[in-house]
Amino acid sequence: MGSMDSGIRDVRAGRLTSSDYTDVFSDLHPPLSRHEAFVESDRCYFCYDAPCMNACPTGIDIPLFIREIAADNPTGSAKTILSENILGGMCARVCPTETLCEQACVREAAEGKPVKIGLLQRYATDYLMENGQHPFTRAAPTGKSVAVVGAGPAGLSAAHRLAMYGHDVTIFEARPKAGGLNEYGIAAYKSVDDFAQKELDFILEIGGITIQNDKALGRDISLDALRAGFDAVFLGLGLPGVNELGLDGEDAAGCIDAVDYISVLRQSNDLSQIAVGRDVVVIGGGMTAIDVAVQTKLLGAENVIIAYRRGPESMNASEFEQELALKNGVIIRHWLQPRALTRNERGEVCGITLDYTIMNDGRLETSGESVTLASDQIFKAIGQMPAEKILSDAGMALSRGRISVDEEHRTSIPGIWAGGDCIAGGQDLTVAGVQDGKLAAESIHRALSMQPEKVSGFAEAVIAGNSEPASTSAQHTANPGHISG
Amino acid sequence: MADLSSNFLGIKSPNPFWLASAPPTDKAYNVERAFKAGWGGVVWKTLGEEGPPVVNVNGPRYGAIHGPDRRLLGLNNIELITDRPLEVNLREMTEVKKKWPDRALIASIMVPCEEEAWKAILPRVEETGCDGIELNFGCPHGMSERGMGAAVGQVPEYIEMVVRWCKQYTRMPVITKLTPNITDIRKPARAAKSGGTDAVSLINTINSIVSVDLDTFAPNPSIDGRGSHGGYCGPAVKPIALNMVAEIARDAETRGLPISGIGGITTWRDAAEFIALGCGNVQVCTAAMTYGFKVVQEMISGLSDWMDSRGFRSIEDFRGMAVPNVTDWQYLNLNYITKAQIDQDLCIKCGRCHIACEDTSHQAITSMVDGVRHFEVIDEECVGCNLCVNVCPVENCIDMVPMLSGVDPRTKMPVQPDYANWTTHPNNPMAKVAAE
Repeated sequence: MGSMDSGIRDVRAGRLTSSDYTDVFSDLHPPLSRHEAFVESDRCYFCYDAPCMNACPTGIDIPLFIREIAADNPTGSAKTILSENILGGMCARVCPTETLCEQACVREAAEGKPVKIGLLQRYATDYLMENGQHPFTRAAPTGKSVAVVGAGPAGLSAAHRLAMYGHDVTIFEARPKAGGLNEYGIAAYKSVDDFAQKELDFILEIGGITIQNDKALGRDISLDALRAGFDAVFLGLGLPGVNELGLDGEDAAGCIDAVDYISVLRQSNDLSQIAVGRDVVVIGGGMTAIDVAVQTKLLGAENVIIAYRRGPESMNASEFEQELALKNGVIIRHWLQPRALTRNERGEVCGITLDYTIMNDGRLETSGESVTLASDQIFKAIGQMPAEKILSDAGMALSRGRISVDEEHRTSIPGIWAGGDCIAGGQDLTVAGVQDGKLAAESIHRALSMQPEKVSGFAEAVIAGNSEPASTSAQHTANPGHISG
Repeated sequence: MADLSSNFLGIKSPNPFWLASAPPTDKAYNVERAFKAGWGGVVWKTLGEEGPPVVNVNGPRYGAIHGPDRRLLGLNNIELITDRPLEVNLREMTEVKKKWPDRALIASIMVPCEEEAWKAILPRVEETGCDGIELNFGCPHGMSERGMGAAVGQVPEYIEMVVRWCKQYTRMPVITKLTPNITDIRKPARAAKSGGTDAVSLINTINSIVSVDLDTFAPNPSIDGRGSHGGYCGPAVKPIALNMVAEIARDAETRGLPISGIGGITTWRDAAEFIALGCGNVQVCTAAMTYGFKVVQEMISGLSDWMDSRGFRSIEDFRGMAVPNVTDWQYLNLNYITKAQIDQDLCIKCGRCHIACEDTSHQAITSMVDGVRHFEVIDEECVGCNLCVNVCPVENCIDMVPMLSGVDPRTKMPVQPDYANWTTHPNNPMAKVAAE
């Protein structure tokens, strides 16, 4: 813990021996073998009006898909899953099942050992993706076009369903690769073997979906142009910004956005090149905090401390995730709130002072005591921010910076739907984003099915990069939003 | 401590657990291993007549039904009787009996349905010093095509005839092994008794095809793409065996005829159930073929501990105690009313009771009460069928509670304390009129 005294930060790549990198991020939950799947599926009671099913944000018929596994029909099982959740493969890996389906499982109540629904879902979806064909067929083209902004779980879910209904979908993605948080955000040990891209390829097999990478809303495309050029627009923007600590020096070296770091890590082909501090402090209490803490620990950090300003029950990270961190040697310290960053002679952050907090009449207060922790890297993981400005400039109704939508996922602007982390009142989960995309797609499809034909050519203009096609408004008398009510 | 020793037809064995005539008892090596493990007796694998022995298929002989964890629930086989020369078997039997005088050794025999064939083999078997013979009238495959095994067992007249020959040509006790592949098990049992058999043993295996390979469309086990029906055994057949045993135990003509119980016996409890239905001992095969001979140790300790807990000192103390309780449907008490009751503390809210009752029975279990997921019996609809108890995954969560008094909310009729059955029921056109 000498870094703060000396002011010399110990940040190095290659803390592990080269052979250790091979399986440093091996599968958190190894997949079930065929026999294991039979045994586990037999534990399912095929409940009436199953609580697990009601706990699934996408409403997958869990008892049915498990029974299909038990009956040695993994293909049928995968179809049952994917018909409600086209990203069922990724959700099987990243869903916090311990707070969703598996928490609701009656065997959790009965014996504290729920059916391993997540692993069974993975068994079925893996089987289909490895052995089968794309299980859905695209309807005859409708001639309608839909723009989807953001190729994350919500956008991909919406795109797939819209394409299935025969609409032409163009996805605009700000990053160089599609997948959103599945590709850039999820901890490496939850999605090994480039699964996000494999799943993307699988989704695109439906046909009728074009992805435009490196096209960011507000930078390369505008909402107006999308509205003008497409019959409908779906926004699955995610949360592009990161919340600030609000401390002096947080822009300095040594203070890092956890989301950015994870993204670099996920895109790395050579983990031995990723710089890791010896003493790491993570500020936050959600999944991102756990993800960055565990991954830096696995990459060789000696001391990793998560500092969270409230108690364990308030952490957004599930109990399972908290245990995962502890199991990997991460220390979680509760009731600590950042006060100031310590910087060395070079201006780099080399420590952090945190105030102890207490709960007083339901209000979080500092106790007057504080502690200073040495750090070679401080990770900010205190939440992400919506793209508020672009949306408010466009006149879209927001709630605390996130998009307000109705039960059909329509925004306040006719013709624009939204879903995923960018909307208000969401759960910030992959599976919730998938459901949003699905529901929005159904709503869009209903709207488009009643819509009269529209002048063609504008989608192409937008895709070509001409974000302001000429005489847009004049030619578009039938905005989809007008019939959405 | 309970005395497990068994005396069946005068044949003594230290316990009532015998190995049935089957692959585990095909030669001295296996039988000696079985005796070392603690088996009370063996029925040596069926002997055929002098001459070239039978041949077996050289492909798979067994097929199986598995639970999801590959627990073997049912086994079928197309193996024939012993394929070793008669003299080898007889020599080994002689040696084994000398070496293990306290264990029961029975010779299973199957020869053509001709008097000379039986007359020829019986003295040779007797010379081995074995304790008795079992007539294999049950083997359902292969041998039956040649007029033996089940082909005899399915014709009561043949059974009676062969048993008579055996009683004529040997002093050894005769056990007649019955096939279940017949409509009414009492007929062959009565025939065996008429012929003078000392006991019957049952059941032999059941005609079966365990599965069909959906790639090749061949039945399993498949011999070069084809299969034949085989004999089904193991835990799956136990209920069938128990019923057939009970039928013989309570039949007026065969009541009291000693029975050796066979059919899916896997634990001490299975054995105790067979004995409670009147069996003097039991024979086991599939459990040994699945787990090895050591399983007998659990059967011995389990039966002994249970008998101690119930105060039974010997097998005879509880043998047949369930027989009087097996009756015809017409004598069941129609005034006996039960209602299902769900223990809400044990209920895990899986809803299986509800959906089973709702879809397939009497719509007598709720799924929702005051907007909350809640499973409760509606006494006005419950006929007391017990389906909910059977489908409930939690032991003792649902109970069938007898109504001793009051009014049955379903029929609105007062509960009658007296016994009354169908024979006197007003809806029965054949009802006997009570004496004035």
